[in-house]
Amino acid sequence: MKLMKSLLAATAIIALAAGAAQAKQLVFCSEASPAHFDPGPTTGGNDFDASSRTIFNRLVEFKHGGTEVEPGLAESWEISDDGLVYTFHLRPNVKFHTTSYFTPTRDFNADDVIFSFERQWKEDNAYYTYLSGLSWDYFQGMDMPKYLKSIEKVDDLTVKITLNEPNSPMIANLGMDFASIMSKEYADQLEAAGTLADFASAPVGTGPFQFVDYQTDAVIRYSAFPDYWAGKVAIDDLIFAITTDPAVRVQKLKAGECDIIPYPAPADIADLQADPNLVVQEQEGLNIGYMSYNTTVAPMDNVAVRKALNQAINKDAIIEAVYQGAGQVAVNLIPPTMWSYNTAVKDDAYDPAAAKAALEAAGVKDLTLDLWAMPVSRPYNPNAQRVAELIQADWAAVGVKANIVSYEWTEYRERGKAKDRPGAFQIGWTGDNGDPDNFFATLFSCSAIGVSNYSSWCDEGFEKLIQDAKTVPDQAERTKLYEQAQVVFKEQAPALTLAHSKVFMPMSKRVIGFTMDPLGIHRFDNVDVAE
Amino acid sequence: MTEITPTATERPRLAALAEFWHYFSMNRGAVIGLVVFAILVIVALFAPWIAPYPADQQFRDALLLPPSWMEGGRSAYLLGTDPVGRDMLSRLIHGSRYSLAIGLVVVTVALSVGIVLGVLAGYFRGWVDVVIMRVMDIILAFPSLLLALVLVAIMGPGLFNAMLAIALVLQPHFARLVRAAVMAEAGKDYVTSARVAGAGHIRLMIKTILPNCVAPLIVQATLSFSNAILEAAALGFLGMGAQPPTPEWGTMLASAREFITRAPWVVTFPGLAILITVLAINLVGDGLRDALDPKLKRS
Amino acid sequence: MLRYILHKLALIVPTVIGITICSFAFIRLLPGDPILAMAGQHGVSPERYEILKEQFGFNMPIWQQYLSYVWNVLHGDFGISLATKRPVLTDFLALFPATIELALFAMLLAVALGIPAGIFAAVKRGSWFDQLTMGVALTGYSMPIFWWGLLLIIFFSGYLGWTPVSGRIAINFFFKPITGFMLVDTLLYGNWAAFVSAVRHLILPAVVLGTIPLAVIARQTRSAMLEVLGEDYVRTARAKGLSPSRVINIHALRNAMIPVVTTIGLQVGMLMAGAILTETIFSWPGIGKWMIESISKRDYVVVQSGLLLIALVVMAVNLIVDVLYAVINPRIRAR
Repeated sequence: MKLMKSLLAATAIIALAAGAAQAKQLVFCSEASPAHFDPGPTTGGNDFDASSRTIFNRLVEFKHGGTEVEPGLAESWEISDDGLVYTFHLRPNVKFHTTSYFTPTRDFNADDVIFSFERQWKEDNAYYTYLSGLSWDYFQGMDMPKYLKSIEKVDDLTVKITLNEPNSPMIANLGMDFASIMSKEYADQLEAAGTLADFASAPVGTGPFQFVDYQTDAVIRYSAFPDYWAGKVAIDDLIFAITTDPAVRVQKLKAGECDIIPYPAPADIADLQADPNLVVQEQEGLNIGYMSYNTTVAPMDNVAVRKALNQAINKDAIIEAVYQGAGQVAVNLIPPTMWSYNTAVKDDAYDPAAAKAALEAAGVKDLTLDLWAMPVSRPYNPNAQRVAELIQADWAAVGVKANIVSYEWTEYRERGKAKDRPGAFQIGWTGDNGDPDNFFATLFSCSAIGVSNYSSWCDEGFEKLIQDAKTVPDQAERTKLYEQAQVVFKEQAPALTLAHSKVFMPMSKRVIGFTMDPLGIHRFDNVDVAE
Repeated sequence: MTEITPTATERPRLAALAEFWHYFSMNRGAVIGLVVFAILVIVALFAPWIAPYPADQQFRDALLLPPSWMEGGRSAYLLGTDPVGRDMLSRLIHGSRYSLAIGLVVVTVALSVGIVLGVLAGYFRGWVDVVIMRVMDIILAFPSLLLALVLVAIMGPGLFNAMLAIALVLQPHFARLVRAAVMAEAGKDYVTSARVAGAGHIRLMIKTILPNCVAPLIVQATLSFSNAILEAAALGFLGMGAQPPTPEWGTMLASAREFITRAPWVVTFPGLAILITVLAINLVGDGLRDALDPKLKRS
Repeated sequence: MLRYILHKLALIVPTVIGITICSFAFIRLLPGDPILAMAGQHGVSPERYEILKEQFGFNMPIWQQYLSYVWNVLHGDFGISLATKRPVLTDFLALFPATIELALFAMLLAVALGIPAGIFAAVKRGSWFDQLTMGVALTGYSMPIFWWGLLLIIFFSGYLGWTPVSGRIAINFFFKPITGFMLVDTLLYGNWAAFVSAVRHLILPAVVLGTIPLAVIARQTRSAMLEVLGEDYVRTARAKGLSPSRVINIHALRNAMIPVVTTIGLQVGMLMAGAILTETIFSWPGIGKWMIESISKRDYVVVQSGLLLIALVVMAVNLIVDVLYAVINPRIRAR
């Protein structure tokens, strides 16, 4: 019976696909399967592409192609003078998706907002542990439990969020994926039916696309949501064809099996650019690849030694050989596209002779260092092994012997965190929300030692600057503080700032209106395809 | 002594060898394979003198150069250079050492462990046999590459661990072979008479039984040699074998995979090197089998 | 016959117990913390870490973890994937048809080409056809298939554009799977174009995966045929004046097929190993790719149960082959 039913349903769908040849379809060959479709507990860019940026909306949204926020499900908001109370005025008449598994009976309202946060926050919420081994990484990682005091419903279309202490990046945080707004009605319905896990596999949101089907590890299908509050999007069907291998993605794009692909191998860029049927968009990534010296272990507790090691490295050669030109030398910790970037800071120039002299002056002889190389390719560092090989050769030229060290990826990070970890540790960061705090405080604050401060570096002057910048609401003032912080960072050299990678999006000429996103997410709500 | 091993005199052994060579040399493929393999051994032994450059010397002005006969190639780098400017030919020459070492180590380990286990199981029978053979069954129930992958993931990626994992995975074949041979031989008259004459267990096995299953072991060892090279390359390709910058062929192939369209030579040559080596060894293996297998000789 | 099967089954029991111990133990030995592996770039707080550890039962004594694992497995519960939070069995069953389809097609290719090639080579022993076939077979047998796959993609999909690059079917065909086998499903729906598309997607991966079995089967068939052709009764048949084709068909082939069937059975384990590489190269959504990705993601539960499930499948196939073998060849049973 069940078979019969699905047979009938399926034949109907095939017929529909055949009949709807003129339907506008966009195929995105995504780089990995999503874990599931709940953006709250997931952490990967591939998870977010498949859920939060297609199916869901947030109170505030990042502008297309930027990191500034604009109204989303909240039409407007006010922040009290003490920076503690945020009042959001919600957009009226916003519909949730009507799917084969859920039919909404009411519009979006304040209850949905409160539910969306409380499920990640309050342990007594039924959804707090609705999947086995769930952890709300971003909610925790952005310190939401620390800052949040209460979320209250003022009326159906007004929500008041109260904080324990002021936190300037809060609005930007609310534009992040974990803050996606879910349907409380749907959640309640599943709770009553006892099928909570469906919340992650059969999602319902307010977003531009609604979920149709997912074939494990192969294809995700979406269709345009006809009642989308911002108007139905231009394409009718959005398809994610999961293609893990970058070389295969490129081949599929060239063969016309994909319309648009993320993360091509750097080696293929030139070839793609030369293809007359393709357009290759590019953008500076909101990321940094760097190499942390442990500033508590001799001889790298000496600034002069750290500086000399930096000077000995030919960053341009690394950019050419590893990033294949798809990157630029990093001078500061934050990328140049981010506000408060300090253009006045000068990088340590490549000068092996000076480096050698400085090391001798510092009394360092026959130095042997561990040189850590990540086992995986990351957007900020496509091939840490190759970087390590190049640095090894550069250091050898100034009499420093490097042993390349690598471990399995989680173990690599665990070992790297150890306060007494020896050597130079390659790592990097991709911005979450476009706020400089997300780089400075996360990576080099004193409290991040043993967590994500791989240099074990706690500098009084630097710490004061970044902590002040966190609480001051005025952006101009914050900019000044961060600019100073960058000067201190370069003087103290707790790390080698290696590169900001460029991100490329090759696509077919028929794709219209795609804008790249500095946060590394892929959005298709403003995309159209030529007939 | 002589009564129990009547064949162990000098003349018949020489004659057997001569006969073996006669059959082996009739097989043209096997001889070609042997010659190629010999060249490979020589290249591996003298790699530092044959190779134009050290395997890890980087020429920063010569990144990803094509082979010298192609447009843009330079005669200094016959087979071109890799993404950090290392000479492909030199790396391939040095890589031959790794491949041969992998084959040698894996076969030695697998063979010795397999012989010990197989002899124990086949000679003592009973629960010893049951336990050993069940363990072998367990190992064989997992697809070899998958098991090797998991083992390497446990021990940590690296050439040495990869070799151990492959040896463990290949070893049951030897154990089974030896067990079967021992069981077949153990019931024969000459063994029984040796036992009656009071020969000890160990002596019986080493002097009497083992020499009689040398032929299938040699064939199996040759097959394992080439298998080991392929599996190690596959592990390297999946990032679990030798780690870069080691010029192991599979690893070279994996780390250059992104260049497959732009610079096909960095992918083509290591693969070709693997293919040629494995093919040569398999040719030799075929020749050995035919020459050692009396059944096929007859037909 | 029944006794033979029961005997074989009894032999399998300790092996299966051993496999559960192995797959369980392997996973505890893997370096890298599974809970940390799940976390993103922000990591996980110590309190949260403890809670998760308890949820997964990682704080129980190891033997207790093992017993509860076996207990669950016996009840058909293979655990919940750390990454996708779905039951492992659900994912396995969703992905397994893709691997089976690929493996069967590869095997079909290998048998359909390998057996005739082997027979002809044996009959025309020493001819140029024999030498060529055996040369090609040995080359195929020596092929690093990951490299072979890359070359084929570049040439047939990239350069010639004859075959699709990856995937199981063109993206615009969309239907709910009935059996999970694309070729069968498309036919069940009666959509010819979809069937053709599925075949086109299957060809290249199947060629790559089938290369080694093809070589092995061709070689095995040839030597089995040579052996049988040398047997007395075949010579007698010839001497009696039976036509060569009749001799080959009736007498030689039937007897030569016995070792060939065994060889085909033995290739199943090989196919699973080959599937890991083939699926990785062709982004084929099957078990091999799933396992590789789970190993690199440290999805302990998936690796543990995946290993177990795959080993069980391999053993089941081997058992079937053993039984089939016994059916064809009654002499075996007596032993």
